[in-house]
Amino acid sequence: MTSADVHALLLQQFPGTVSAGEPTTVEVVALVEVCRFLRDDPRLRFDLLNNISGVDYLETDAKKVAKAGFEPHLEVVYHLSSVAFPGRRFTLKVILPRWKDGVTGELPEVPTVSHLWRTADWHEREVYDLVGIRFTGHPDPRRILMADDWVGHPLRKDFEYPLEYHDIRCR
Amino acid sequence: MPPLLGNRFEDGFVVTSLDSAINWARESSLWPMTFGLACCAIEMMAVGGPRYDIDRFGAGAFRATPRQADLMVVAGTVNLKMAERVRRLYNQMPDPKFVIAMGACTCGGGPYYKYGYNVVKGVDLVVPVDVYVPGCPPRPEALLEGLMRVQDKIRTMKTIAKEPTADPLLVPTRTGRVQLPDEYGTPEKTLEAQKAQKEQAKPAKA
Repeated sequence: MTSADVHALLLQQFPGTVSAGEPTTVEVVALVEVCRFLRDDPRLRFDLLNNISGVDYLETDAKKVAKAGFEPHLEVVYHLSSVAFPGRRFTLKVILPRWKDGVTGELPEVPTVSHLWRTADWHEREVYDLVGIRFTGHPDPRRILMADDWVGHPLRKDFEYPLEYHDIRCR
Repeated sequence: MPPLLGNRFEDGFVVTSLDSAINWARESSLWPMTFGLACCAIEMMAVGGPRYDIDRFGAGAFRATPRQADLMVVAGTVNLKMAERVRRLYNQMPDPKFVIAMGACTCGGGPYYKYGYNVVKGVDLVVPVDVYVPGCPPRPEALLEGLMRVQDKIRTMKTIAKEPTADPLLVPTRTGRVQLPDEYGTPEKTLEAQKAQKEQAKPAKA
């Protein structure tokens, strides 16, 4: 079963919430249900979550905005594979606004999948830490790499380096 | 050590100043703290091993606690989260204490200087550094050289004497110069040699 077949199956199972074309994009509200289906359906059995990545789409150079070819947004990318069916892989995306409700500083929210795949726990913490996406329902929503009192999310394109951190000059 | 007063006393009798004796003891038993943070630590381990053997210079007793150490070799990238710990460990070391900044990252941020959001741009922003050993990572010989510079520094210390030292030695005294081959000995010779090289590099006429 190729990823096109998986995509067709998802379209059939979740009409209206899954994007028509590939790469497969899912509405935020349906994410957990789609993930549960991908993991538990006997035809699919995606029982291994390889990675969760956060991507920030933002062109900071004003001259290049017109050519960039995308509106500013965030993406969360789920890479799945299957142990039951070796070699089978699938990629799932969720598209988010850069800030929740357009209010700068309010982090966008995605439901957690850490109850489906235990791997997701630390990956979601990393995405939260570096890209600034809140995972609702996460059992331990702390930063994982940066210090607990760090301000900002460094892999956001508009992240400003702090001048000073605990009396240490930063730049 | 000042020269021994040759033949004036019987064998095995040594005359020196107390400061020299103290400095000699101090420089010959520097105990470094095990402080490997990143890839430079591998080079530091090589220095501790038998091939480069930092024990020859009396600095082979790597301690796992700052309270028993008097030399901190900061080997590797210091990030902001670690910097506080570095400072804390430095404060826990007994005086006199010395710091070697080993590697490009600790000297000034290294490859993380421009875009590293989490790297301290030089460990000298956190603790006072005595000797910088550049390199990415430095050769083990370079770290040994750095250790010798620390020893030079110790040799100028005055614990007992009130007067300042006659020559505050801060210039490397044991640095080996790079010996140029004979044809590069003088500027004129160098020009000639370069010309000859260009001649030689010209493609042969068909």
